[in-house]
Order: sequence, then C-alpha cells, then structure tokens
Amino acid sequence: MDYFIVVALEMVRAVAWLVLLSAGLAIIFGMMRVINFAHGEFLMLGGYTVVTSTHAGVNEAVAILILAPLSVGLFGIIVERLVIRRLYGRILDSLLATWGLSMLMIGGVTLIFGNTVEGIASPFGGMAIGAYQVPIYNFVLIGFAALVLFGVWVVLKFTRAGLIARATMQNPAMAEALGVRTSWVYMATFGIGSGVTGLAGGLIAPVTGVVPTMGVNFVGQAFITVITGGAAVITGTLSSATLLGTISQATTFLAGPVYGDAALLLVALVLLRLLPQGITGRIFKRSL
Amino acid sequence: MTTINRRLFIKSTGAAAALSLAAPLVARAAADPIKVGGLHDLSGALDSIGIPMNQVFQMAIKEINDAGGLLGRPVEGVIYDPQSNMSLYSQYATQMAVKDRVAVVMGGITSASRETIRPIFHRFKTLYFYNTQYEGGVCDRNEITLGTTPAQTVRRVIPYAMNLFGKRVYTIAADYNYGHITSAWVKRFVEENGGEVIETEFFPLDVSQFGSTISKIQAAKPDFVLSAMVGTSHLGFYRQWAGAGMKSQIPIVSTVFGAGPEQVILTPEEGNGILSCFGYYEAVDNPTNTAFLARVKAAYPDNTPTISEISEVTYEGMMIWADAVREAGSIEREALWEVMESGKTYDLPAGKVSIDPKTHHAIRDVYIAELQDQVFQIKEAFPQSQPEDTQMVCDLVADPEANKHYEISL
Repeated sequence: MDYFIVVALEMVRAVAWLVLLSAGLAIIFGMMRVINFAHGEFLMLGGYTVVTSTHAGVNEAVAILILAPLSVGLFGIIVERLVIRRLYGRILDSLLATWGLSMLMIGGVTLIFGNTVEGIASPFGGMAIGAYQVPIYNFVLIGFAALVLFGVWVVLKFTRAGLIARATMQNPAMAEALGVRTSWVYMATFGIGSGVTGLAGGLIAPVTGVVPTMGVNFVGQAFITVITGGAAVITGTLSSATLLGTISQATTFLAGPVYGDAALLLVALVLLRLLPQGITGRIFKRSL
Repeated sequence: MTTINRRLFIKSTGAAAALSLAAPLVARAAADPIKVGGLHDLSGALDSIGIPMNQVFQMAIKEINDAGGLLGRPVEGVIYDPQSNMSLYSQYATQMAVKDRVAVVMGGITSASRETIRPIFHRFKTLYFYNTQYEGGVCDRNEITLGTTPAQTVRRVIPYAMNLFGKRVYTIAADYNYGHITSAWVKRFVEENGGEVIETEFFPLDVSQFGSTISKIQAAKPDFVLSAMVGTSHLGFYRQWAGAGMKSQIPIVSTVFGAGPEQVILTPEEGNGILSCFGYYEAVDNPTNTAFLARVKAAYPDNTPTISEISEVTYEGMMIWADAVREAGSIEREALWEVMESGKTYDLPAGKVSIDPKTHHAIRDVYIAELQDQVFQIKEAFPQSQPEDTQMVCDLVADPEANKHYEISL
C-alpha cells in the first residue's frame, strides 16, 4: 500500500517537474509565438542566482522565491528590448537569435563561475510514508507548480492586466486602436515568462546542482511539454505535463529511466501525429 | 659509489671526443627541448577532471626542468585542449605524433577518448601513458597504464563493505562501457564473497532525476548501494538520496566517486559516509606525499587543485618516464620499455609503484577510504595489488605486437 502511495507521489512530482520546467516557456510561446531557445539557460541563470546568493549568506527561501525570479525576469526584459522585440512574427529568426543567446549565456557563465557543478543542500530532509522515505522538498515542488499555474490563471482571467494581455495576443491591431501600447505588453509578458522560468530554475537548483551547461538537460522536456500542450497556456501545460509525466514515470518504475525517457518521446510523437496543433488545438479549444 | 671501469672509461672519453668534434651540433641540440604532449580536457563536460591533471602535468615539467632537464635538454610541454570531444582527440593526437613529434604523451580521460588516441600513438610509435582508473583490458606495449582497474579496487571494496553492511547489493551504474564492465565485476566479486546483487540499473549520462530509483531501492531493501555513476548529472543522485533522508538508512559505496572533485562539490551532509577505493588519496601518509602536496600548493597557491588518483597518477607518469629517460640515456621508446619492464620500483606520493612487464599496467598500493566533511579518510590499505584482470587476457612478453582492448568476459 505505502509503495503505491510513493509511486503515485513520484508521478505527481514528475508532472509538477514538467509544469515548472515549461510554464515560463508556455507563457512566452503561447502568448507571443516566440520560441525562446535560450529557455534552458534562463533556468540555469535562476539556479546560479540561488547558489551564488545562498553562498553569499542570503536566506535560501528568499533566494529561490524572490531573487531568482526577479533577476531572471529583469534579464528577460533586457533581452526582449535588445533582441526579441526586433523579431516578432519571424519565428525562425527568433529561434536562431535565442539559440545564439543560449550559447552566449553558457559561455558567459562559464567565464565567471567556471565549468564546475555547484550546489546547495536540499532543504527540509525526508519524511516517512509507511516503510519509505520521501524528500519533503517534493511537496514544495508540487505546491509551487500548482501555485504557478493558479497564479497565471487568476491573472489572465480576473485582472485588467490579464484582459489587456489576452486582447493583445488575440488581435494586436485592435488592441492598439483601443489605446493599448502593445510593445509594453509584449515586454511585460516576456519578463513575467522569464521570471517564472527563473523561479523554476531556483527550485531545481537544490535537487540537481547547477552547471553552465545544465540547460540542455531540460530544454528538450520543456519544449516537448509546451508543443504537445498547444497554444493554451494553462490547460495545455497541465494536460500535456500530466499525460507525459505519468506515462514516463510509470514506465520508469516498470522498466528503468532509459525506457521512461523513450516513453515520453513516443507519447509526444504519437500525440503530435494525431493532434498537430497540440492537445489544446483540438480539445479544450477555448480554454486559457 | 661509482668505480671507474673500462666500459665507463670508454663511454666518457668517447663522449668527450665526440663532443669536441661535434661541438657546434651538440650545442644546438642542447638548446633543442624534448617535447612532451599533454592531452587533457580543459573545457567541456570533463574539465573538472582534466584541469587538475593538466596542472599537475605542468608542475611535473617544471620540476624536471628545475632539476636540470633530461639528457642536458629542457623539457617542453605541448598542450592541446580536446574539449571533451572525440574528433578533436584524434586530430590533436595525430598532430602531436606527426607534426610536433613529441617524445611521449600523457592524457585521455574516458575509455572512449583512450580508444580514440591509443591506436594513433600505436601506429606512429609515440609512447603513450594513460593515467586514469578504468575498466581494465588494454593490451598494447606502447601504452603504459598506471591507473587502477576493477581487480585492484572493486575486489577490495566489495568484501570490505559486505563485512560492514551485509550481503545484498543494489548496483546503479552509468550507461556506457565503463558502467557495464564495472557492474559485471561487481556482480562477480559479490557472488565470490557469498552475496547477491539484487538489481542492476543503468542510467544515461544526462539523467538527473532519481526519485523513482530511490523509491525502488527502498522497496528492494539492499544492505548497501554500489554506485558506478559518472559525471555531473549523476551527482544529483547523491543529493536526492540525502534529500530523501536515506543517508542514515542505506550506505553508499562507489567505484568512481572521488575520481574528480565530487567530494568538494557535495556538501558534507550529502557526502559523509560514502566509501570508495582508489590508488591514491590526499590522506596517504608518507613523506613523499606530504612534500608533493606542499609543492602542489606552492605551484598553485590560488587555484590549488584537489588531488585525486587521476591527477596524482599523471605526475607518476611524468616521473616514471623521466626516470626511464635518465637511465636509458635516450628518448627512444624501445630503450625506455627496457628500463620500465625491468621491475624497478618507484617511490611516489601514492606509495610504491612498479610496472608489470606482461601488461604494462601498474602494480600499486590501493586504499579504501570514507568521506568525512569533504575529505577522504583512509580506512584500509592493500599493498602491491596486481592488475589481475588485465593479466587474465594480456601477455606482452609473449606477444609484444598486441594492440587490443579486451572486454574481459566474466
């Protein structure tokens, strides 16, 4: 019995992991149709913010919850002003530019911190479920994944800023005509997406440690989740993360991590063959 | 004391005669440095291992030059950075052998990189030292292999851990030839000691999430976990293991932890208690080692490398080569082989080392150590361990032309 609870918990954690990895990317891709190839490096930057500020004596929670999203969010705004802004509507060009940016970031961080793993201890320790030990930090990850999705939903659905954002995404010309400065909306959206990515990077840091090249390990999973989910930020991310996370994790338990990764790719492949616009391109069409 | 005999007399007067005749030529040759190649990953995924090796390599060159060089010539390092990239390894190896015409090469870290460059040096007859602990089985007279192999390390640490913890072992290993061959050795030594490997799991090098594995290990309830996990992503296992509070419940033994600077990357809470087995630790207690560590510190006061087997053995390689050059009075590899195969014992920081003429592998002391507060404490020493795994398949005395990496079948 306790084994099943542990397995189920591990599946939920895998889903939360995918949600965290891809939420920032989903906001940027879903709302602005910009493919941020440097997404993995934004995560890395969040991780480094946490590790360096913790080593400098900052409280871990402050570093993860405030400093990481803030610094990566600001960095995102700078990137948007300097690069992304000039490339709206040119998907391939923005992909190339952000790819270049990702290499630049890896190189820059390597220059400053060196190409070695740094880390902080995983907070909270473990707790017993029946005969098993699970990390309490898993619940933190699950909690924040839920919080991020809920937060985005509330903002988009119930606030004036969310309304303006949605209007801009649906019909920028009309929004402009109604007095919305769309370029600011884009900037803010990119900044918030980056901030969420920074938060995710900060939350990941204690689990894996940080290294300049860590982005490549995550960017694949993040992209697969977002593309499989389709255009709707919340429903898309949640549905594809749930599907991919549970299937890959169940396979991992049965057959090992190699097959778990393979299962994730296989499911994504089949889904995209059947639903080329992603899950929310066909089902839950009108959702957020 | 040297007594002057006929042979020495002829040699020295002959040399003096030759010297006076060929003075201009010799004067130029004396200024001509002996080139030695260093091929270590200074960037890319393995740079945390390659950089200390290269630092020690350069320190060894400086020490040789400060002592007057070799054969009256200074030694010059030719250093390339293969960037953890196999095509660069083969390119630079060829360049060293053909263009730079180095006398000897130290380098290669993973077995993949070694098998890329070893045939190149074999073909161009460039003497090659491989200084990494590895899975065993290289049979090539051109390669001097000084690092430890499973018969020296795994066979020691398994019974030690089984005595301490119990007989049921859960193996987790990296998914490439090192992990597969090492876990086969683990299974063999566990069974020889009356134990049982209840599960062996392999992980690609980019896996960084180990939650499901940690639950599976708990379900299997082994007496200890044997880890042959490699690289930065796999370090996540130790973190997540500690994060789940498993550290106090099931001990970890590793065949590879501490080859790089893993022990200083993990926090003490995450690393304390991990057992490992290598041919060298900084804690090795002898005057040669104390002096060696002091020289490392003096050479690199700001960025002092953490010395593990792999970098100490790089120093051994340089010193053994330099000794052979002095004794043979030549840099020709045939002459050097004769010296090294003579069964000489070298007094090095790791202890006494000699070279097995049949396999060109090292006969050396190995140590079992436990990590405490980011420093390995030596628990037990096994003097003069033979490379018995490679000896099973390789005899260079009978077949000096051999040129093969055997995957020792178990």
